[in-house]
Amino acid sequence: MSVAQLVKSFTLWEFVKAHALTLKYFFKPKVTINYPFEKNPLSPRFRGEHALRRYPNGEERCIACKLCEAVCPAQAITIESEPREDGSRRTTRYDIDMTKCIYCGFCQEACPVDAIVEGPNFEYATETREELLYDKAKLLANGDKWERAIAANLEADAPYR
Amino acid sequence: MTEFFQSLGMSYEWAWGVATIAGILLIALPLMLSVAMIIYADRKIWAAINLRRGPNVVGPFGLLQSFADGLKVMLQETIIPSAANKGIFILAPIVTFTVALAAWAVVPFSATAVLANINVGLLYILAISSLSVYGIVMAGWASNSKYPFFSAMRAAAQMISYEVSIGFILVCVILYAGTFNLNEIVLAQKGHGFGIVNGYFFNLLLFPMWVMFFISSLAETQRVPFDLTEAESELVAGYQTEYSSMSFALFWLGEYANILLMCVLNALLFFGGWLPPIDWAPLYYVPGIIWLLLKAFFFFFMFSWVMATVPRYRYDQLMRLGWKVFLPISLLFVVLISGWLMATGHYGAAA
Amino acid sequence: MIQTIAFYIFAVLVIASAVMVITARNPVHSVLWLILAFFNAAGLMVLVGAEFIAMLLVIVYVGAVAVLFLFVVMMLDIDVAALRAGFVKNFPLGIVIALILLAELVLGLSAYRVGAIELGTAAAGEAPAMVASNTGAIGGLLYTRYLFLFEAAGIILLVAMIGAIVLTHRPPKSKRGHQDIGKQVRRNPDEATVMKQPTVGEGVEL
Repeated sequence: MSVAQLVKSFTLWEFVKAHALTLKYFFKPKVTINYPFEKNPLSPRFRGEHALRRYPNGEERCIACKLCEAVCPAQAITIESEPREDGSRRTTRYDIDMTKCIYCGFCQEACPVDAIVEGPNFEYATETREELLYDKAKLLANGDKWERAIAANLEADAPYR
Repeated sequence: MTEFFQSLGMSYEWAWGVATIAGILLIALPLMLSVAMIIYADRKIWAAINLRRGPNVVGPFGLLQSFADGLKVMLQETIIPSAANKGIFILAPIVTFTVALAAWAVVPFSATAVLANINVGLLYILAISSLSVYGIVMAGWASNSKYPFFSAMRAAAQMISYEVSIGFILVCVILYAGTFNLNEIVLAQKGHGFGIVNGYFFNLLLFPMWVMFFISSLAETQRVPFDLTEAESELVAGYQTEYSSMSFALFWLGEYANILLMCVLNALLFFGGWLPPIDWAPLYYVPGIIWLLLKAFFFFFMFSWVMATVPRYRYDQLMRLGWKVFLPISLLFVVLISGWLMATGHYGAAA
Repeated sequence: MIQTIAFYIFAVLVIASAVMVITARNPVHSVLWLILAFFNAAGLMVLVGAEFIAMLLVIVYVGAVAVLFLFVVMMLDIDVAALRAGFVKNFPLGIVIALILLAELVLGLSAYRVGAIELGTAAAGEAPAMVASNTGAIGGLLYTRYLFLFEAAGIILLVAMIGAIVLTHRPPKSKRGHQDIGKQVRRNPDEATVMKQPTVGEGVEL
């Protein structure tokens, strides 16, 4: 063992160096965001809570083609449909089991009319399990609530599609 | 304090009894409060080094975080595993907590503020700290579960190993001070370094001893590089795996009270305790307890700093450090220091 | 008054926990009772003013010896029923040992009444006058009057320790799998790593 190494090991030089480094970090500005009050920017492609969208005139977009139900790898979507009075095919039931959903985004990829989308909302924790079994009314309400953000995101992402 | 209660018209015995109980409360209650705050400080310091913010929601700057945690823990259900050895299972956290508090009886907070100014103060602290292993061993055994048991085994071996070298390091301090009394040890450090610096750390023979004492106190309190008893990647949570609610909180409080005690001991034995750092008259106007607490907090900061910096030791490395490095070096320094004291005529003729 | 109360509390606790050491069914409980007995004995020593001895008792016996006891007993899988099975068979032997111990106690106590035997080194002369602390008093006696006995005890303990090490120490069987921590620590990045710039489509020659 060389003299330099001997001196180094008895003065705990490696430890001193390590502690100098961590002390430097102690005074550095902190990187954590103050979450409920500050939030990170989200990508337009962010896949959060689901929503069913409407056309600007208020007509719901979903035509009950059941492509999303078919593509869903977690089989979280259940759809039942029958013709409405005006003859158009519409869903009578559109349920998403949010406890099953894996947020892969296949449903919004499959949708020919951009009806089912995954919006930017990720803060929808609930106190009971039942609240996470979304039905059509809940999904449409989500769509109404988040329409502006969803439309903006779709537009921002459109050039890349 | 006894005189004050005597002036209220009590007989001496009664006044003494009441004064002692008042003294115990006067130490234990602020101690609990400071343990709560020190847990908060620990988390904050650790977070700051990791570039995080740490607890900042409960109360201003998150200052009340520990109390929120305490409340949560108190409202939990106490679970006793059905296969546990019930009596010892309940006794273990109580032993840990009691022992952690008992050591504070001899700590001098200033020249006069000490509950029991006994002649063998340092030995008392050594004796009490050697008891703290029992809480852990009992908890590990009584849980009747394999990971707590491994943890208890590790704790027993680790604490005995490091107590040996701590004992020799304390012998070095005692040789210099010539007394076991903590107050007199503090006084002996007055002007030790060139007549200006109060504290033994300024001595070339004692500075390495302080470094070893600091590292050994990390091992003794099972702080980070040596926290093998609760190595979560191997042993879940170690000896406290099966504990919940208040019994868990007692372990937690006891552990941090021990850490605080070790910080205070570092200050008392090597950094001049309640004396100001420099032997300069104006500094003596600041009460001794403030100097002691400042020094203790500085050491606590070092404890947290080490925690955020170094990774955990492997168990064989830990044992090697204790028996093959610290023990021979501390023995060598006992010989060196007593030789030096004899050579300089510091010692000998009087005894 | 308070001394008397304290004495009786400590004394009763010592005896009670000593009885529990023997009667407890679980060996771990026995050791824990033994620790309580040590602790109360230390309390008794504080009462007679031998605080140094009391602290040493706690540090050495409670802090180290009993921990190792507990360590061993916890690891043992003791079948209490099997132990009880030999009770009747070994009863006469137990009685004999108890009688011998009793006889020794009586003999020792009556010999003590006649007068203490002189074991100290006569040449050292008078023991130093009582110093204020009993640590000083013990040191004064050990290093003057009982110097020879003290050193002899030390040598015996050293021999016992070396014997234990010789009996249990065995050299590492093979070099393979044996770690030299010093060697591992001494390694530095320069000798442990090499920087290579491989060109595309070619591997690295080491």
